[in-house]
Amino acid sequence: MAGQNASQEGKMARAWFSFMDWVDERFPLTETFEYHMSRYWAPKNFNFWYYFGVLSMVVLVIQLLTGIWLTMSYSPSSAFASVEYIMRDVEYGWLLRYLHSTGASAFFVVVYLHMFRGLMYGSYRKPRELLWLVGMAIFAVLIIEGFAGYLLPWGNMSFWAGQVIVSLVGAIPSIGPDLMEWVRGDFLMSDITLNRFFALHVIALPLVLVMLVFVHIVALHHVGSNNPDGIEIKKNKDANGIPLDGIPFHPYYTIGHDLPAIMIFLFIFFLVVFFAPEMGGYFIEKPNFEPANPLKTPEHIAPVWYYTPFYAMLRAATFPLFGIPAKFWGFVVMAGAIVLPAALPWLDRSPVKSIRYKGWISKVTLGLFVVTFFVLGYLGTIPPSPVATKIAQLGTAVYFAYFVLMPWYTRVEKTKPVPDRVTS
Amino acid sequence: MKRITEIGLKGMKATRRILTGVCLLACLMPGAQVLAMSGTDWHMEPMKPNLQDLPSLQNGWRLYVNYCLGCHSLQYQRYERTADDLGVPHDIVLDELIFTGQKIGEHMTSAMSPELAKQWFGGPPPDLTMVARTRGEEWLYNYLKTFYVDEARPFGVNNKVFPNVGMPNVLMGLQGTQRSACIQMPQIAANGGERRDPLTGEPITEEKCGQLVVDEGSGLYSPEEFDQAVYDIVNFLYYVGEPSRLERYRIGVYVLLFTLILFVFTYLLGREFQKDVKH
Repeated sequence: MAGQNASQEGKMARAWFSFMDWVDERFPLTETFEYHMSRYWAPKNFNFWYYFGVLSMVVLVIQLLTGIWLTMSYSPSSAFASVEYIMRDVEYGWLLRYLHSTGASAFFVVVYLHMFRGLMYGSYRKPRELLWLVGMAIFAVLIIEGFAGYLLPWGNMSFWAGQVIVSLVGAIPSIGPDLMEWVRGDFLMSDITLNRFFALHVIALPLVLVMLVFVHIVALHHVGSNNPDGIEIKKNKDANGIPLDGIPFHPYYTIGHDLPAIMIFLFIFFLVVFFAPEMGGYFIEKPNFEPANPLKTPEHIAPVWYYTPFYAMLRAATFPLFGIPAKFWGFVVMAGAIVLPAALPWLDRSPVKSIRYKGWISKVTLGLFVVTFFVLGYLGTIPPSPVATKIAQLGTAVYFAYFVLMPWYTRVEKTKPVPDRVTS
Repeated sequence: MKRITEIGLKGMKATRRILTGVCLLACLMPGAQVLAMSGTDWHMEPMKPNLQDLPSLQNGWRLYVNYCLGCHSLQYQRYERTADDLGVPHDIVLDELIFTGQKIGEHMTSAMSPELAKQWFGGPPPDLTMVARTRGEEWLYNYLKTFYVDEARPFGVNNKVFPNVGMPNVLMGLQGTQRSACIQMPQIAANGGERRDPLTGEPITEEKCGQLVVDEGSGLYSPEEFDQAVYDIVNFLYYVGEPSRLERYRIGVYVLLFTLILFVFTYLLGREFQKDVKH
């Protein structure tokens, strides 16, 4: 019996291998799998901060799947009513919607932490400049994607947030008003505006997003992953050309490291989805349970939490300059704050990559930068006041100083010697 | 081998720290919202909805249909869904709760024409499907309880929580005539207790104005019965705001348990792989 079983198994295995041979002659399946997974050598010293790349992928998949199913029941011509239809009449529609709305916030949580990891360990440094730029492009697209999606329920906050953001375009000198009309597609926020944001949200931007994520991973696997020590593991290889400090990404990171972390993430994620999907009005804002009303401005217009640091900087510009109104400068400051991190590969002049070996100035400035980001984030949620505006202006200055002064402070500070091999 | 376990442990510690942060944030957030929402200085009575209390929800539905639905639609909520969720048989709903000849599967809409409503009230009464989500249950509870006689207003009443509201006190028949008056109230000491005369033990009182008093015997309900009736209406509106809430909680528990079990197994599996990694 045992012998018979073994020969049966042997036959099955032979059939499988011959099938794979057949495929591999026509498509580089095994080769691709090995290149990106089982023979992609990742540094063995990844720590907590290295979970957020894979978690971004998890959230992206959640958003794509729930988004497809939401689109099956959503209708922009009766936007508000169709969202309530999804919440009440569609089987598990409420679940799809909360997964998607919580997913939006989760996306920014993991992406911000992913970016912070890059900031800490110098993941943007040579040879990863393009990897970083593609990542920044993903971030920019994600911001627009999130904004477009926020309009779709067409609640009163959707309407007024759309009104505020679209009107920013109108602040551009001379071409502004015409450009704003072109973006809006109408003289005021209307169905045509909503419909175009729907088109952008469900097809144009996700398409760009997925393509950019693909390019991000191709770039990553070409140059190899950075690590908490900021050491190139490719510099120390064994006789077979395998990095001494590298381990196969699959299965050691996929199953050995990431899978349990994904479960912890999902646990927290589901905790919010099932027990606090509004998150006290920070994930879904209260005025958005009222239909869009052009005659009724909400008491206090605030964006969702993930835009508030940038919104605070937008509002921090309070004075006109060169005869151009403050609103335009606010727009410039906000756009600048979003784009500026893209210059990091050329701003950081330190001889070392990782914060572990940088000097105290870098550590202090990074800490200050994080605190400032949180303070600005808080200020963006509260109504403006003279004191809040002053603090926001100071915060904006610190935010920009972190980047602008980086070439100087990374060069003058004393760094620690970097070991040849990864540590822990 | 040791290294990766250490990293895992560090990761766990960091995760725990972040979780604590998330919980702290979650606690702080509603506070900020409450501050932003309260428009008047009326001292709000707390209101805690209870979706398990079917008799309360059923009574709330009955009162809503009789006192509110004439003007305020629940245009996204269907009779049938409500009947099934609140455990009311369909024939009773058709006989006792649908006065408009609507079918059981239809939305609970008001028969009032928006044009006439505009003539009568200056604007159509708002749809209340999601009023508990925009205003909050506590606000609603206090709003419905704080109408008082004010001859200066078009409908003869004003409201403590929503001053100068353009709505009549439809529950006046149940509550009776409520007035804003000056009454003697016990003084509150610094320690939060009522102040008493040290000799007689009698409470020391002071006159406070703007307090609400109901003319005794002017309403169908006693004050306690009326409080319960308002509670039931608000409880019902809380349900209507998000009818799938109980199902969400129920499923949520299982999903979390499932994720937890999956974590245990993936963690054990992951540990086996980590044993291969040499440091």
